[in-house]
Formats: sequence, C-alpha cells, structure tokens
Amino acid sequence: MILKNNYSKMIALLVGVILLLLSMGISIVYGYANTSIQTTYESFRQFNNSNEHLIIQNVRIPRALIASCVGASLAITGVLMQTLTKNPLASPGILGINAGAGFAVVFAMIFFHISSLQSFAWIAFLGAAIAALSVYGISFSGRDAVTPVKITLAGAAISALFASFTQGLLATNEAELDQVLFWLAGSVQGRKLEILLSVLPYLVIGWIAALIISPKMNILALGDDVARGLGLRLGLMKILVGLIVIFLAGGAVAIAGPIGFIGIVVPHFARKFVGTDHRWLIPMAALLGGILLLLADVAARYIIMPQEVPVGVMTAMIGTPFFIYLARKGGKK
Amino acid sequence: MKHVKTIRLLQQKISFLIDVQAIKKLTVICILTLAVFFLSASFGDSFINPFKVLQAFFGYGSDFDQLIIIDFRMPRIFMALFAGMALAVAGAVLQGIIKNPLASPDIIGISAGGGAAVVGFLAIFSDSNHSLTVSIEWLPLAGFIGATIVGCIVYLFAWKDGVTPNRLVLIGISVSAFMQAITTMLMIIGPIYQASEANKWITGSVKSSDWDQVQIVVPLIIVLLLITFFITRQLNVQELGDDTASSLGQPVQKTRLYLILLCSSLVASAIAFAGAIGFVGLMAPHIARRIVGSSFGVLIPASAAIGALLVMVADIIGRTAFSPLEVPAGVFTAAIGAPYFIYLLFRNPKK
Repeated sequence: MILKNNYSKMIALLVGVILLLLSMGISIVYGYANTSIQTTYESFRQFNNSNEHLIIQNVRIPRALIASCVGASLAITGVLMQTLTKNPLASPGILGINAGAGFAVVFAMIFFHISSLQSFAWIAFLGAAIAALSVYGISFSGRDAVTPVKITLAGAAISALFASFTQGLLATNEAELDQVLFWLAGSVQGRKLEILLSVLPYLVIGWIAALIISPKMNILALGDDVARGLGLRLGLMKILVGLIVIFLAGGAVAIAGPIGFIGIVVPHFARKFVGTDHRWLIPMAALLGGILLLLADVAARYIIMPQEVPVGVMTAMIGTPFFIYLARKGGKK
Repeated sequence: MKHVKTIRLLQQKISFLIDVQAIKKLTVICILTLAVFFLSASFGDSFINPFKVLQAFFGYGSDFDQLIIIDFRMPRIFMALFAGMALAVAGAVLQGIIKNPLASPDIIGISAGGGAAVVGFLAIFSDSNHSLTVSIEWLPLAGFIGATIVGCIVYLFAWKDGVTPNRLVLIGISVSAFMQAITTMLMIIGPIYQASEANKWITGSVKSSDWDQVQIVVPLIIVLLLITFFITRQLNVQELGDDTASSLGQPVQKTRLYLILLCSSLVASAIAFAGAIGFVGLMAPHIARRIVGSSFGVLIPASAAIGALLVMVADIIGRTAFSPLEVPAGVFTAAIGAPYFIYLLFRNPKK
C-alpha cells in the first residue's frame, strides 16, 4: 500500500498532522483526574485556579508536548541510523545513546546521590554524547574507510560495554534499583515544561537539519561506492548524521529516558506508507513517532490506574501487533 | 583457495571446508579455553593452588579441597563452559541465517521470551508475603518453555510462503520488544524482591548451578552442538542467499527451519539455568570471525571456544573482584569482551 505519487503522499502527511493534533487533544483531556473537553476549553478561556485547570495547564499540556517532540525525534533518528548503517535493525540505541545515558544516570545516582529529573536530563545528554562520540571515534580510526558494518559493530560493542557497567552498578547497589528502574524504562510522566524548553533548541536544530539533508540521505542509501561516485562527501555526511542523531536522540533520552521500540520500528511503519524517499520518509516517521508515543502515554495512564506504566512499555505493547500485521502484509522484499 | 582443504566423510554426506591457518589459531584458542577451565577452579573466596586442583580432580586432594572444588566450583564452571558455547554457537548460526551482523539470540526474541516467562513465574507463584508458593527449582523450566514458545511464535508469524531472513528479523525484534515490555511491567508492578530476583536472571549468573543441573544441561548441549557442527556446510550455502542456495540443491526453507529449531533449543537450554547472559551470542561469533575467518567449519568451534572463554572469565571476575559480594557473570561478559572486540576492530581492518 505504498503510496505512489506526491499528491497522495501529501494527503498522507496531512492526515498524519491531523491525527497528531487529535492525539495531543486526547492526551490533554483524558487521565486520572476527571476532566472533560469542557474543562479543558475553560482552562484556556477563563483559568480559575481549580485543581482540574491546574492539572491541565501544568501537567497535561507539557506532557503532551514532550511526548510528541520525543516521539518525533526518536523516529527521525531511527530513519537516519537505519540508512547510515544500512541495517533494518539499527536504532539510535546502536550509537550507544541509550546505554550511555543509562550508565551516566545510574552512576550519578549512586555516587553523587543526584535524583532530580532536571539534573538527570543533562547527565543523560552528556552520557549519550560521550557514548556516541566514542563509537564514532572507533569507527573513524584505523586505516580503512568508515564502512556501515564498522559503525554498527563498534556501536554494538560500546552499547554492550555501557549496559554491562550499568548492570554491574545495579547488581552491587540493589537499593537503587527500585528508584532508577522507572527512569530506565523511559517515561514522560512528571516532566516539567522547563526540561523540554532547555532541550528544545537542540531538537529543533536536529529536525531542520534532518529535513535539509534528506535528499542527500537518498544518495547515501545507494551504498558508499555509488554515493562517492555521485559526488557525495561521505566522511562529512556521516559526521553530520552522527551529530544530528546525538542532538535528537540525546535530547529525547535526556527528557524521557531510554524509550525503545519507536526508533527501531516506526521507520519501518513509515516506509510502508511513503516508501524509501527520505524527503517523505523523515516527516512521515516524525508524525507517526509522535502519534505512537502520545497514544502509548495515554494508555500508560489507564492500564493499572492509579499507578502508571512507563510509556516505553506501552509503545511496544501497542506497536507490536500493528507492526507484525504490516511486516506480514508487505510482499517479499 | 591455496590454504583451504576439504574433508569429506561418509560418501560425501558430511564435508568441511578447512583453512589450515585457521586450524592452528583454533588450536591455540582451544588450549587457552582448557587452561582457563582448570585455572578457574583455583579462584574463588580462597585461592587454591592449581596443583592441588589437579590432585582434587583425580580424587587425591584433601577433603576440604575436594569439597570446594568438586562440589562448589566445578558445577558452575561446567555451566559457564556449556552456556557460553551454546549461546555463542546459536549466535553464529543466527548471523548466518539472517545475514545480519546484529543478529543474536536476543534479537529474535528467544532470550526475551525466557525473561518474560521467568518474571511471570515469579509473579504468578508468589503469595501475599512475597514468598514463592512452589519450589524455585521450577524456574529454569519456566525459562526454557518461555524461550521455546516465543521462538516458535516468531517463526510462525514470520511464515508466509516461507520465511525470509528480513521478515524473521523484523517480527523478531518487535516480539522481543513486546516480551521485554511485559518483563519491565511485571518488574515495576511487583515488589522489589521480585524485581531484583528477575534482574539477576536477566543479567545471567551461574552462581546457583549444581551437579543435578549440570547433568541435564551438558548432554543436551553436547548433542545439539554436534548436530550443529555436522551441518555447517548447509550454513555456508545458506549464507549465499536464498536463490543461490536453492539452485545449489538445498531445500532452503526446510534447512532454515531446522537451523532455527537448533538455535532455539541451544539458547533455551543455556539460559534456562544460567539466565540470559547477554553479549556472548552477539559478540563471540564476531570475535571468532575476525580471528579464524568466516567459513563455518572453523567458525562454529572457534565461536564455541570464545563464548566459553568469555563466560568462564566473566564468572571468575564476578566471584573474585568484589568478594565477598558475588556479581552475576552476565555483567562482565561485555566488560571483558567489548574492549577486546574494539581492539580487533581497531587493529585488524578486515571487511
């Protein structure tokens, strides 16, 4: 059901935008506190300091904005990583982003007793950046060129290394496990708008840069030799992609913790709709990523009410059935 | 193909393609593994002289040494040896079938299925005081069943006029993510005791192994490894791609099914007792490939030896480094394997 002409792709994107706005609305209106569309509307028109209005303005709206930004960013980095490594299994996690961030947060928590979400954000971003840069450092060293396989393997090794440090720390400090488990599963709960605002500039730069390089990504997807033959500056391009991934995935993990699944699966979803042209694929993946995370976040509030499930858990639970359906439906590749 | 020799047995029913250089390297790795196996018995809470270890092996050691080495240390060393071999070989075979360097038992959902089953087992059979209502000895069975069932589910979902590697992988990662989601959710809903027990299993540890478990696992894994070793030529062919393989006369789908079944049973029997030790299935084959090359005749034994080496050394570190605290072996497999692999990547730029 891959859409063929630009006109229908345009409509698909438009539908995506409408669905995204709709999901944001659902995310703002529904939750544990009893609110309705009516109260939501009133909270904008005549704010009266009631509990419901406060919840909508200070909790739900930031949460909806964060979920859509994080979902979109993760999906875009997924597309970039899968093209960069030419591997359908790649995700931002392959650059060591999640493992690095997780390690940094657990480390800071155990040795410096830091526990506020605001400081987690910067520590996570730092950890993600360090891990990703070391993956690039390893892939760019050595005599031969930077092949996709080399980046993949270096990334897998670095991720495993950081993940094992994290597990080692948690195994020797079991008391901390309970506190950090929720962060490690990824969640958009309880984040203030300030966290988003401090990371937003990086995300916006990442989104715009991803759109700008999308035609070049099409060339990169043809393989290193062809791309070089067509005049693409491979080294520069790969560094650029790496930087965008650090900005976007690092920002996302800083806000919400390591949310899996979106980065790896949403690009495949998007490909089933608009094909492999990155100029369409990147915006489509961004929209789908935002929608999936918003809906997963709403579901996360209802499953074991009044407790919440980490949204990282719900993305997989909601996304998997759809994905299996799509993977089976598409013909042989 | 100067260095390559072919060995054919039983009227060409079984054949191996063998690189003479690689055989030498393989011998060195195997000797190293054997050495670590014996040394491993020396390390622990108290250090025991390797000569005394040898004495104890043949039944001439003091009663105390005998007790520590034969009853306490040998079961876990055996478990580490065989779990490492099984996971590494399963990883090598899967990377051959799927033709993807990121393939490993974790990717196609086998380990995640085992993990979900173990956490589910802990959740279902706990009473209100957080103590188990059935014996913990059933935990491995739960892990085994979970891993096998999820392996089958992935295969069935991926089946549509045959199973293509691409579809297998895509379905595998999403089912794997689903199982991990269930695991995380149960860990968060449940009491902290369950979470830490489950976390131990997911990390992978050979600490609680005893001779009864070894007696079940070792024959099982030996048989599975032998089968794998004798069908390596099918893997060499399968790696050429479906079209080439079928024009060479291989029943592609049937072979693939057998190979996947083999992998699932290898992984399931390893993780049932040792937990989902990560990294070995992914990295041991890559390390082996960079040392002996990619012909499966030598790659399979080399992966097995390196996998065993990784888990055994990780276990030695786990029980000595933070003594008296025991750290699960799964923590150190990556900590020792990754730097070495990065060094190989750095030093030996091969495609």
